[in-house]
Amino acid sequence: MTTELFEYLLRLGDNSLVLGHRLSEWCGKSPILEEDIAISNTALDFIGQTQLWLGLAATVEGQGRSADDLAMLRDVWDFRNLLLVEQPNGNFGETIMRQYLFDAWHVLLLDGLTRSHHQEISAIAQKVVKEVRYHIERSRDLVIRLGDGTPVSHEKMQIALDRLWPYVGEMFDVDPVEHTLIEQGLIPDTSTLRAAFDAEVLKTFATATLTLPSSNFAHLGGKSGKRHSEHLGHLLTQMQWLQRAYPGATW
Amino acid sequence: MTEPKAPEWPLWEVFIRGQHGASHRHVGSLHAPDAEMAIKHARDVYTRRKEGVSIWVVPTTAIAASNPDMKGPLYDPSDSKPYRHPTFFDIPKEIGTM
Repeated sequence: MTTELFEYLLRLGDNSLVLGHRLSEWCGKSPILEEDIAISNTALDFIGQTQLWLGLAATVEGQGRSADDLAMLRDVWDFRNLLLVEQPNGNFGETIMRQYLFDAWHVLLLDGLTRSHHQEISAIAQKVVKEVRYHIERSRDLVIRLGDGTPVSHEKMQIALDRLWPYVGEMFDVDPVEHTLIEQGLIPDTSTLRAAFDAEVLKTFATATLTLPSSNFAHLGGKSGKRHSEHLGHLLTQMQWLQRAYPGATW
Repeated sequence: MTEPKAPEWPLWEVFIRGQHGASHRHVGSLHAPDAEMAIKHARDVYTRRKEGVSIWVVPTTAIAASNPDMKGPLYDPSDSKPYRHPTFFDIPKEIGTM
């Protein structure tokens, strides 16, 4: 059970870490100052969440590693994040679409995790879900504004949705690791969240005048660590270079 | 590839109420396409450290300001009239702080 729990906490922590890093790549480069501040705020929320999840993962593992060790000293094959969050930022609309798809799942998952029989998981989820409820307010609003905006913004959002939709399925894929934890009452069964997710996104995309892709084909291999996309390695070289070049550096 | 430069978003003045009972205070300004986005941006720019429980945004163009050249006629007449301060009055204890 400990192995599965550690594995699952890595998934939660790595999702936050990788997505938080991706969002931080916009810092200083967003289309407008106010969005720059908003997106950097969100990035910081995710890095805060990472400290909580990876901190708990390190405790559960009990090998003397810290959250920082897990974040900075693992390589691509050790990462357990969803393929969705490691996708490059693309244009601003693509970043917002990636964020919305993630947020729509994330808020449901965290809501379920607040009822975990594991005390620390439940406590972290209760803290984190407050931030995430705002994240989805923001990303949903922007998807609608850009989708139902100008012909140019509409086209960019439709392209973003078509490109990112195949990464949605992985969020609802339940594997043996999750099965074990579901049976223990530690985590919600993510496959049961799909209906609520579909209802949320269908409503938003209808308002945003966007068309849902007809295929539900799903890329898998991120959260199992078996097949990350080529993008994750590049992200890690940026994120981890300081600790790799100057091991143990602090300030 | 150069796209035509979009016109800048309008400017909004932001007012935050720090706690229940206190009045909204001007904290700064920001750009946003409409009031709803202005409130969201204000939340991200001005309330990250729990500064507020309520946000007002007002289009900057809706604010009428006094003319700096009129400083003399407007404010000079209240020079040397300290008796206009309420400190000259005794406030009964039961009233408390005003």
